[in-house]
Amino acid sequence: MSLLEIRDLAVALPEGADRAFAAKDINFDLDRGEILCIVGESGSGKSMSANAVMGLLPQGVKPVKGTITFDGEPILGLPEKEMLKLRGGRISMIFQEPLSALNPLMRVGAQIAEVFEAHGALTPPERRARALKLLDEVGIPDPEAAIRAYPFQLSGGQRQRVMIAMALALEPDILIADEPTTALDVTTQAQILTLIEDLRQKRGMAVIFITHDFGVVADIADRVIVMQTGEIVESGAADEVLLRPSHPYTKALIDAIPRLTQRSEADAQTREPILTVEDLQKTFSTGSGSLFGKRRVVRAVQDVSFELYAGETIGIVGESGSGKSTVGRCLVRLLDPDGGRVMVEGADIAELTGSALRDNRRKLQMIFQDPFSSLNPRARVSRILTEGLIAYGTPRREALARARELLELVGLDASAMNRFPHEFSGGQRQRIGIARALALDPKIIIADEAVSALDVSIQAQVLDLLADLKTRLELSMLFITHDLRVAARICDRIIVMQKGRIVEAGPTGKVLHDPDTEYTRSLLDAIPGQEYERALETAGA
Amino acid sequence: MKDFWKRFRYNRGAVIGLVILALVILTAILAPVVFPQSPWKMVQRPFLPPFTQDGLPLGTDALGRDVLSGLAHGAYVSLLVGLVSTIVALAIGVPVGAMAGYFAGRTDDALMRFTEFFQTIPSFALAIVLLAIFQPSLTFVIIAIAIVSWPPVARLVRGEVLSLRTREFVEAATLSGLGNTQIILRHILPNALPPIIVLASLMVAQAILLESSLSFLGLGDPNIMSWGYMIGAARTVIRTAWWLSFLPGMAILLTVLALNLIGEGLNDALNPRLTRKSE
Repeated sequence: MSLLEIRDLAVALPEGADRAFAAKDINFDLDRGEILCIVGESGSGKSMSANAVMGLLPQGVKPVKGTITFDGEPILGLPEKEMLKLRGGRISMIFQEPLSALNPLMRVGAQIAEVFEAHGALTPPERRARALKLLDEVGIPDPEAAIRAYPFQLSGGQRQRVMIAMALALEPDILIADEPTTALDVTTQAQILTLIEDLRQKRGMAVIFITHDFGVVADIADRVIVMQTGEIVESGAADEVLLRPSHPYTKALIDAIPRLTQRSEADAQTREPILTVEDLQKTFSTGSGSLFGKRRVVRAVQDVSFELYAGETIGIVGESGSGKSTVGRCLVRLLDPDGGRVMVEGADIAELTGSALRDNRRKLQMIFQDPFSSLNPRARVSRILTEGLIAYGTPRREALARARELLELVGLDASAMNRFPHEFSGGQRQRIGIARALALDPKIIIADEAVSALDVSIQAQVLDLLADLKTRLELSMLFITHDLRVAARICDRIIVMQKGRIVEAGPTGKVLHDPDTEYTRSLLDAIPGQEYERALETAGA
Repeated sequence: MKDFWKRFRYNRGAVIGLVILALVILTAILAPVVFPQSPWKMVQRPFLPPFTQDGLPLGTDALGRDVLSGLAHGAYVSLLVGLVSTIVALAIGVPVGAMAGYFAGRTDDALMRFTEFFQTIPSFALAIVLLAIFQPSLTFVIIAIAIVSWPPVARLVRGEVLSLRTREFVEAATLSGLGNTQIILRHILPNALPPIIVLASLMVAQAILLESSLSFLGLGDPNIMSWGYMIGAARTVIRTAWWLSFLPGMAILLTVLALNLIGEGLNDALNPRLTRKSE
């Protein structure tokens, strides 16, 4: 008998939702010591299925059919009091964003001790001792110090470790991990994956791992379930599903994963540089530093210099806090650089002010990360696309005609003009964002994590669109990303940044396959699913 | 818009508030038609209790004036003062808050210190001082109330603008070459509107209370019959003719309550995400 058995589970959405069931016909088993990955794109119902096990469904969402059997006992529809004993005690959960899952005003030690307290286990001194041991077990460097720290004093990876420590406190039989590494840097992600794998082996714990990233799945899963719009479309052993997918949806998802393999690079360096950045500097400081304590200074960008040639795509990669986004923002003057020059067609953007800045800035346009916050929710698409043109003096009628052309260019119907942003999906919104960036006929596009918030299949479409637009409109592009796979897919050259400095720059093939610096190598090694990629290639060849 | 109504109707209190307010507005509009005579005119012997004489259902006050006519004409004054002073307060507070939030730095410091200057003085005391300086006419009552009630608006708008101006769509608008005024008017303020509307509905209620308090103290316009004046005039006879204070008091209570209920309903309807969770 399996540890967890789910049979014919159906979870209904409230009336008026886009479909009747968040998940239906869900059947799977989970054995002790097994890692089961549930993969799917956003809205596929993968989190809902797991939340149903914990009895943590949002308001209005109810399981209407099926059974969940845990250790021989049916647990679906168990009274809240009984569920409380299970939750945290025998089944526990970790979440995507460890900062919002931890109480910001409580010390780490107290939060772990609270788990014991809630279940009435141990005496206070014992709880503290256990908390220390747990922190040590999840690999926090100095547990004595960490136990007295507040969540904000820890890094993202350490916070996720604390969450794992809390989840492990009562030695649960099942750990449900809902996208636990999505918000983390690639090197930290690799460490957390290793930790989960270790714990599974040491404790014989079963893990349900929910993710959208096939690289992660390939590295960690024993068995895989692929979900699409609330239904399981494929399931089986990891190798089987990943290398010999039978369902077309799984095949499409796997094909959409960007590969690290070399691509042909445009030989652009013979042309004129269109953008020259020299010794760019940007320092952030917090506090006045006069009366109350020390002034904190963060040198976000230091001595950054590079040239972007016409028709070229440069990828700026680095972990969070490396200053890559700050560079992008300094180039378009959303931030004012503290030093250095940004030369575009003879004008130094870093120096300009007033109307000269306004006239030159239209040559550089930006595509933003979040397709939901980058479009004004109260403006129709027609206004979003035309107001820049109108601000630069184009007559309204011409601007509207141009907006229609732009929509067609990015693959949207002209009927989109009169709709509001919330009526579109994430991928469509990002297309609108691209159309807006193109409206002013820029020479250079700066894409700041432009595909990071998108599902993998949509990501592939948007990347193709960008590559296509770049050649058709003879654009040069600066592509800022944390994802080396995405960079490999679209960039001619790559700049690697760490702590505000450029540590390595060169052609994509060279940087990704034969890096000069230790740091780049560590970034590359941390990318999940590399063995899988090699296996795929051999299979494909 | 349909969704908005659905969510607004969901809050029963808000609907009741809307009904009461509609009745008050109707009274204010119909007052000159139903009671064409001046409410100051003496019509019967003084201190006539309610329901004792046909044609004067709520009786007469200390000088023999029709109480019902006074209440009806007072509704007009209360609503006018509440609405106009709120509009004036918004006209001061919204630009101040928007500029402080958008330009930040020195502008923010200067504007916020200016705002705090008004906030440090108790608003009612400031209103009394202002009316003692000006002559007590309806215009100045409205101005005085507006002057004491704009700082919270400025604070609220500043906070909203501060969080909105770092949003990516505002950055995108900057890159599209839009000027500061256009960005504030077309991108930031429309998104800051919901909390401003809610605050405004509560400010109308507050303004009505302030006007009543001022009239009670005899600082209102002496030529205009208002609820506050009626309470103030009946204060000395509260033991012998309690209804003269009680009736206008009830009118104030109901109107202010209605506006508060509507404010709450608007809050629910305009911030749907906040309410769904508390259901």
